[in-house]
Amino acid sequence: MTPGAIFTQLVHLALMLALAPLLVGLVRWLKARLMGRRGPSPLQPWRDLAKLARKQPLLAESASVMSVATPYLALAATSAAAALVPGFARGMALAPMADLILVAGLLALSRFALALAAMDVGTAFGDLGAAREMSFAAFAEPAFILSVLCFAILAGSTNLDAIGAAFADGGPGLRISLLLALLALLAVALAENGRMPVDNPATHLELTMVHEAMLLETSGRYLALWEMQAALRLMLWLSLLAALFLPFGTAPAFSGLGGWLLGLLAWVVKLGALAVALAVFESAIAKMRVFRVPEFLGAALLLALLGAVFLFLSTGLA
Amino acid sequence: MGFGQLPFDMAHLLAGGVLLLSFVLLYQRRVTALIGALAAQGAVLAMAVAWQGWVLDVPALYVTALAALLAKAVAIPLGLRLLVRRFGLRRAVETAIGIGPGMIMGVGLVALAILVVLPATQGAGALVREGLAFAMSVMLLGMLMMITRRHAIGQVVGLLSLENGLVLAAAGARGLPLVVELATAALVVALAAVAGFFTLRLRDDFAGLDLGLLHHHRGESAPPGEGPP
Repeated sequence: MTPGAIFTQLVHLALMLALAPLLVGLVRWLKARLMGRRGPSPLQPWRDLAKLARKQPLLAESASVMSVATPYLALAATSAAAALVPGFARGMALAPMADLILVAGLLALSRFALALAAMDVGTAFGDLGAAREMSFAAFAEPAFILSVLCFAILAGSTNLDAIGAAFADGGPGLRISLLLALLALLAVALAENGRMPVDNPATHLELTMVHEAMLLETSGRYLALWEMQAALRLMLWLSLLAALFLPFGTAPAFSGLGGWLLGLLAWVVKLGALAVALAVFESAIAKMRVFRVPEFLGAALLLALLGAVFLFLSTGLA
Repeated sequence: MGFGQLPFDMAHLLAGGVLLLSFVLLYQRRVTALIGALAAQGAVLAMAVAWQGWVLDVPALYVTALAALLAKAVAIPLGLRLLVRRFGLRRAVETAIGIGPGMIMGVGLVALAILVVLPATQGAGALVREGLAFAMSVMLLGMLMMITRRHAIGQVVGLLSLENGLVLAAAGARGLPLVVELATAALVVALAAVAGFFTLRLRDDFAGLDLGLLHHHRGESAPPGEGPP
């Protein structure tokens, strides 16, 4: 493990944590502009987090140790996953561990913690939100794993660094399986982050909410931790999509300061482009009925399955 | 020719795009979105055929591509849209089986197409084999669409999508003459016209179908509009 690898790893994690609320703020600001409002500054999520962290948390009388422990567990798992997804450089210190299945597992762990926290107090809304989140995950996780199967067949590894490097070389070529896996991953990303067709991140309307319903009973620094976790998860997913499907410009392993700066610029541009795409998509589409979401994610699962089928077909041919 | 070379990659991607749009057709619930997806499928089909013409160096395929673009991506969708607007059909697609089971059956049909095409085309080039597998899948999905839609528009869209699969197969298998293709297209247009005619007749004849009017003949005294107690 070289000093460069450790340095890039630390800078990457710091950037992920620092930029995540900014990214959420940017998406909110872009959506507001698209709808003809002025919108709060992109710094607003950071201000909210600072305010919440100062406030004294209030816990329900029926709250157990779960309500206190789970925010830390969820944020730790999400941070660990965020440290594994390459951002501006490949060959970071944790790159040998950056397995896509591990990332899926860490995300599942944080979702598990969130559902536990939602059910801990015992209110109806929390239970409802947790049940919905888990039933969506039952479709989203297999779709994610099947997409990973496609990448693993094409790149010969489930390691995110190796997949990114193989795709940046252009070795696998243009494959319909990649297009299918991309569509599946986009649907999973929307569901995982509670974005528009699946859940509306801007409302507190009881009938439609999933993510917000689980956080109704949290307050103070615990709420700050949950908000940070959600922001970090969005950051992680956009970085993951960029690392897999836009692997250009990322600094290869063992590059110098110039390569890192170039990679940083490319990463920021990619994240910005994805944020704009997300804001435009969310402004253009209406929220789906909750009971249609499993259908939507089931379609994603089938597309990923189809991608894997075609890969078996074409690798048998070639 | 294999993966990593642009001619093969593009042909693979475009033919796969046609298949993907077949799944989009299966997933749609609204009539207007259905027609939009059909137009998109026609456009991607035209691109796939034109690319095949360039790769295989068959200028006749450019004519097919142009015909596909004009007819399937512009004329037919516009006509269908006009029909929908004129007769006020703007409503949800009625499906005989749910969207989810339909998609699962679709994936099963794709697997069936692969299982059928691959042993039958032993020895042919990878491009032809894969193209035929895609085309066969699109045809089967078109048939599935015709079976699972209750509404005539949905069935016509399924038929047109089936014909898209035929054109895709014809473009992949070198040597299918243009005459045969045109004849197939004309046949499908004729079928669509007949189907459309029957739809309109049925609509005209049964537009105000009210079972309440029958109560009188069945000896029930309730006036029309009020059901039996």
